[in-house]
Amino acid sequence: MEFNILVGGEAGQGMDTISDFLEKVIKLNGYYVFSNKDYMSRARGGNNFTQIRISDKQLFSHSNKLDFIIALDKNTAEFHVDRLNDKGVIILDEGIKFEHEKAISLPLVKLANELGLSRAVGMMAIGATMKYFGLSLEGFERFIPTKFTEQVRNINIEAVKKGYSLIDSQYNLEKRNIEDTLLLNGNTAIALGAMAGGLNFYSAYPMTPATSVMTYLSKKQVEAGMIVEQVEDEIAAINMAIGASYAGARAMTGSSGGGVSLMVEAFGLAGIMETPLVVLDSQRPGPATGLPTRTEQSDLSFLLTASHGEFPRMVMSVRNAEDAFYQTFRALNLADRFQTLVIILTDQYLADSKVTVPSFKLDDLKIESHIADGKVLAKGEEYKRYKLTDNGISPRLIPGQVPGQVVLVDSDEHTEDSHITESAEVRIAQMEKRMNKLEMLKEYVEEPEYFGVESPEILLVGWGSTYGALKEAVETLNGEGVNIGALSFGDLYPLPTKKLTNYAAKAKVIVNVEQNYTGQLGKLIAQETGILMNKSILKYDGREIYGEELVERVKGEVM
Amino acid sequence: MLNINLYNSKDEIAWCPGCGNFAILDAIKRAAAELEIKPEDLVMVSGIGQAAKTPHYIRANGFNGLHGRALPPAQGIKMVNKNLKIIVASGDGDAYGEGGNHFIHAIRRNMDITQIVHDNQIYGLTKGQGSPTTAFGQKTSMQFEGVMQQPLNPLALAIAAGATFVARTFTGEREQLKNLLKEAINHKGYALIDILQPCVTFNKVNTFKWYKERVYALDSSYDPSNKAKALEKALEFGDEGIPTGIIYREEGKPVFEELHPVIAKDEPLVDRKWEVKNIERFLKEFE
Repeated sequence: MEFNILVGGEAGQGMDTISDFLEKVIKLNGYYVFSNKDYMSRARGGNNFTQIRISDKQLFSHSNKLDFIIALDKNTAEFHVDRLNDKGVIILDEGIKFEHEKAISLPLVKLANELGLSRAVGMMAIGATMKYFGLSLEGFERFIPTKFTEQVRNINIEAVKKGYSLIDSQYNLEKRNIEDTLLLNGNTAIALGAMAGGLNFYSAYPMTPATSVMTYLSKKQVEAGMIVEQVEDEIAAINMAIGASYAGARAMTGSSGGGVSLMVEAFGLAGIMETPLVVLDSQRPGPATGLPTRTEQSDLSFLLTASHGEFPRMVMSVRNAEDAFYQTFRALNLADRFQTLVIILTDQYLADSKVTVPSFKLDDLKIESHIADGKVLAKGEEYKRYKLTDNGISPRLIPGQVPGQVVLVDSDEHTEDSHITESAEVRIAQMEKRMNKLEMLKEYVEEPEYFGVESPEILLVGWGSTYGALKEAVETLNGEGVNIGALSFGDLYPLPTKKLTNYAAKAKVIVNVEQNYTGQLGKLIAQETGILMNKSILKYDGREIYGEELVERVKGEVM
Repeated sequence: MLNINLYNSKDEIAWCPGCGNFAILDAIKRAAAELEIKPEDLVMVSGIGQAAKTPHYIRANGFNGLHGRALPPAQGIKMVNKNLKIIVASGDGDAYGEGGNHFIHAIRRNMDITQIVHDNQIYGLTKGQGSPTTAFGQKTSMQFEGVMQQPLNPLALAIAAGATFVARTFTGEREQLKNLLKEAINHKGYALIDILQPCVTFNKVNTFKWYKERVYALDSSYDPSNKAKALEKALEFGDEGIPTGIIYREEGKPVFEELHPVIAKDEPLVDRKWEVKNIERFLKEFE
């Protein structure tokens, strides 16, 4: 069972209020939601829309099908009416002149004005939608925004009920019981994962689509006891976070590609200073300003080597909101363990897609702090920040915590006691000490998730946000008898290779599926394993690939 | 008063003999000893440059970061552990050139940190190019036709940006230098000391003698709380004389540490206790 609803209009018409409300009502009635936003880079005007996909099973991707459209303006009706399926309808106010057999004109504005609140049009449309799908009215009042006054609240409640009476039910979505779930977008999941993992410092500069991570953290900083600071530029953001980490905080910064480009010099600073740091890149199409409000996976190649010189780093991507929570938590632990840089890649699609996920399982999560104390020092021993150890990881003291001991960190090549050196022997020893962490990181990377038949003829490989499309496409194609499987990578560098080499050996055709022009994962795989892609399915129009689209492209380009 | 030898570093100093940096290093140690700031409670933060090597030559906590980027980590450190005393030590290129944007915004944030700028009006580490404070027309190892930009006036800029402690001194005035450092450290809020120092190798114009002949200490008749007057004094530089001392001081402006509700709590952020299950109450709104 599956339905798709589109809510569209001009920026500023309150689409977010309508879609948020509908998503919550649908969740309350026991159905899973996947909703994605498509908006233009402007605060007013344009055509913005949200697509809400509904199912009785967990969803991982959006769909291009439509059963129902709420059109707040004429453009929405004209742009999307052709995507409606046979039974589909479009509801709109009678004041919008749009003649179409699928159009249901309703006196939304007139009735809203009668209620004394012209903005209640949205609530009335919500009521009509609920009725159309046969969703129960029970309990919806809790979702009326609490910021409203009592009077406005009552009018809104009345408007939903009025809308409910305007049309007939076409479907009957009865209330179901589902497991404990959460409804949230990828950026909120990242923020929550970081908070759970003990994040207490986040410095950043606003940039779409990373901003909402910071906004959520900022809203919660007092309650959670964190510092969330908006700074003058991304260079300050990362350097401040490194300073905070040196002083003992669990620190993170985040931006989109343009801002991350500015941070690059300090990646190496975290590397040579051996200061734990997590950097989030919420990707959007570049280069330069690119398509600011759309999606792409084109920063992978850039981040694998960004910054001059050589130092150990880990690069991971998140695949969906659920994964984003756990991986961000894990990133903070790994940065702390290896005293180095961990980069998390997400993108606009995940940032803004809201999805129903199983409630997070907290019992298995453990914050691993690797800050040492005075016990690591023998009596009379002077602390050395870069002491050579068996595995290259030096005990990390933080300043001001151990009487008589000082902590010096340095961006120059340095001796064990942190002083500037030109010595060839020391250089070699410190390089090998740092780079050994990369070897150790290989033991900690997680293998990609595989779905499909055990011996696939066609092997798709992808990373990050294409998870949902890969999963859905493989299920569909397997259902049609196609011998296909897919690997969805989360961790990217060091590249986990076990499953890849196993399935690649079985497959006749290997195809990388990526939201970029150059096939960046394909290149990484070739570089690390020598395995070459036979075909590529690439997309760089700023719109995320979805399951049905991938099925068509596999059929058209691979089979 | 603590023993000054507590701050002695074992590192070998790479500055030229006769460099003004030696006087600054000595003044920092004496100020810290007299104020009884233990080495483990002091953090020296720097960017890159000759001056930025200072953290290596004093036994204290230290963060020798990237060129121009001393202020962001300094503020990050202070936010996380407000009990630490922070001194940012960098040169005119680091502080006013590469780090110009951070300079303005650190003043706006007004954290309780002290920034000293070893201002020799030239680039030392990269061998003699013009800096933001090099005089107009001065020929350098890069500006062969002379510097064609007007020099920056850091004191006037700091006052205009809202700094609450702005001072100038000269490495030839060692007692004044040390005393100003103590005043700056004790000042609640961001404090700037622009320290004029000769570069014996690369600046043959602004020599020890050149400064010595021009500097004059502001006497007790000068009121540093008068902002308009302070701006006037800040603009005085060159053959007509260079005033030294506290040019501008404003008391009572709130510091970031007091305004930020998390930092304002008793315990510093670094001592925050946190468990995974604390996230549960934040998840409720998404259920």
